[in-house]
Amino acid sequence: MAYIKCQNLSVGYAGETLIENINFEVHEHDYLCIVGENGVGKSTLMKTLLGLVDKKEGNVEFGKNINRKEVGYLPQQTALQKDFPATVMEVVLSGNLSKIALRPFYRKKEKERALLEMKKLKIDSLASRSYRELSGGQQQRVLLARALCATEKILFLDEPTTGLDPQVTKEFYDMLKELNKKGMAIIMVSHDLSVLEEATHVLYLRKNDYVYARKEEFMNTYGKEMKADVNYRNI
Amino acid sequence: MSIIETFSYYLSYPFVQYALIVGVLIALCSSLFGVSLVLKRFSFIGDGLSHVAFGAMAIATVLNFSMQTPFIMIITIIAAVLLLRTGQNTKIKGDAAVAMFSVGSLAIGYLLMNVFSTSTNVSGDVCSTLFGSTTLLTLTKSEVVVCIIMSLLVVGFYIFFYNCIFAVTFDENFMKATGLKAEIYNLFIAVITAIIIVLAMKLVGSLLISALLIFPALSAMRVMVSFKGVVIYSAILSVLGALVGIVLSILFSTPVGATVVVMDILIFLINNFIAVFKRA
Repeated sequence: MAYIKCQNLSVGYAGETLIENINFEVHEHDYLCIVGENGVGKSTLMKTLLGLVDKKEGNVEFGKNINRKEVGYLPQQTALQKDFPATVMEVVLSGNLSKIALRPFYRKKEKERALLEMKKLKIDSLASRSYRELSGGQQQRVLLARALCATEKILFLDEPTTGLDPQVTKEFYDMLKELNKKGMAIIMVSHDLSVLEEATHVLYLRKNDYVYARKEEFMNTYGKEMKADVNYRNI
Repeated sequence: MSIIETFSYYLSYPFVQYALIVGVLIALCSSLFGVSLVLKRFSFIGDGLSHVAFGAMAIATVLNFSMQTPFIMIITIIAAVLLLRTGQNTKIKGDAAVAMFSVGSLAIGYLLMNVFSTSTNVSGDVCSTLFGSTTLLTLTKSEVVVCIIMSLLVVGFYIFFYNCIFAVTFDENFMKATGLKAEIYNLFIAVITAIIIVLAMKLVGSLLISALLIFPALSAMRVMVSFKGVVIYSAILSVLGALVGIVLSILFSTPVGATVVVMDILIFLINNFIAVFKRA
């Protein structure tokens, strides 16, 4: 059974529809990359899946095997967060929020979970450091640890490697690969085509059109087109 | 009489005690929510709401309402909800909407008070609404009780929902994505800010309220590393500023609101200095 199923989904902002009639599913172990040019609606689609933007038409359905709250999300960083006074521990712990319901504090269980996720991503030594003093790569790991506190099933990532250098980017993708191997479904928006290497599925968005396919099929049909595309040549 | 004798002499009067209690409580509440307002870039909402409260007070005065405070509170809360909505609307820019609201309420408020007021000292009335009473003699026992109850509720609410307030301040999209209702907490923050502003109007007047909301938070953010640290330190700074400010204003008969704000400015400068020193 699919974690997420989109039927005839149309997304857009305010009066404008960006993409129409998309159909796709995401299952356990899937690694779906959403690619396409800037402004085509990749982030909007992701926000629609998460309920942050109202859908235009169609359906987004969460399967019975996943709770709506079991969702990990790594959004694009806002300027507001870059100088936010909070420790790494405070940020990671906040990933547990949907689990504590109306209880006003975190229990030992949630604190241990936060520490565990930080250890996995090798940032446990930063726990009491200030978030705003970390490097971009470290900040992304902190936000990933927060997302992992919220879920064991599905991760949404919106351009997670923007502004990171190639080495840090590679390390970040390696961590995602590890998670995916253990069953975590991954949905990632990116303009970076090198991410396709690890993907199992591709959703390629173009103006008023899209392609959804397993990666092998996709590369056979569109591989040349992608390589020819000026936007991707430098990657 | 020495200054200390003068002070203990004043302190024996209930109205001085009232002023200190109310001042400390309002400073405490405003600093807590000030942190979220500053970090969410909502400072302007606090500023706009204080002007709306001034307009509402003018209307209440002119119409001679017996229940002034509840009336002002309701109007201000409605404005808070509306401002939050327009802030999220991409068509009308949030800051422009706030500017319209605040300058509009100021003008209407002053016009009403000037044209319809039966008072013999209109400019005195306007001045004390804008900058707070020159003395805090006017606080009645029931007002103090209302202020204590409201403050307890506000602080209790803050502690109970502390983790949610952190989450909605740091990243409301993440909160919404995990199936939580971030909008409700935004609404709470706006409504409670409106309540604090109306309560604080007596103390510092509607023009200076933003200072109580913003200065302690900004001062604490210069020095503290964690969110919890910022919240606690800004509460301490704010209470300290209010206490010292009120005491000085009593001793030297200066206007209360302005004196408290000047203390907050001093505190900000000192913390800025500490921050530079720490980094060096």
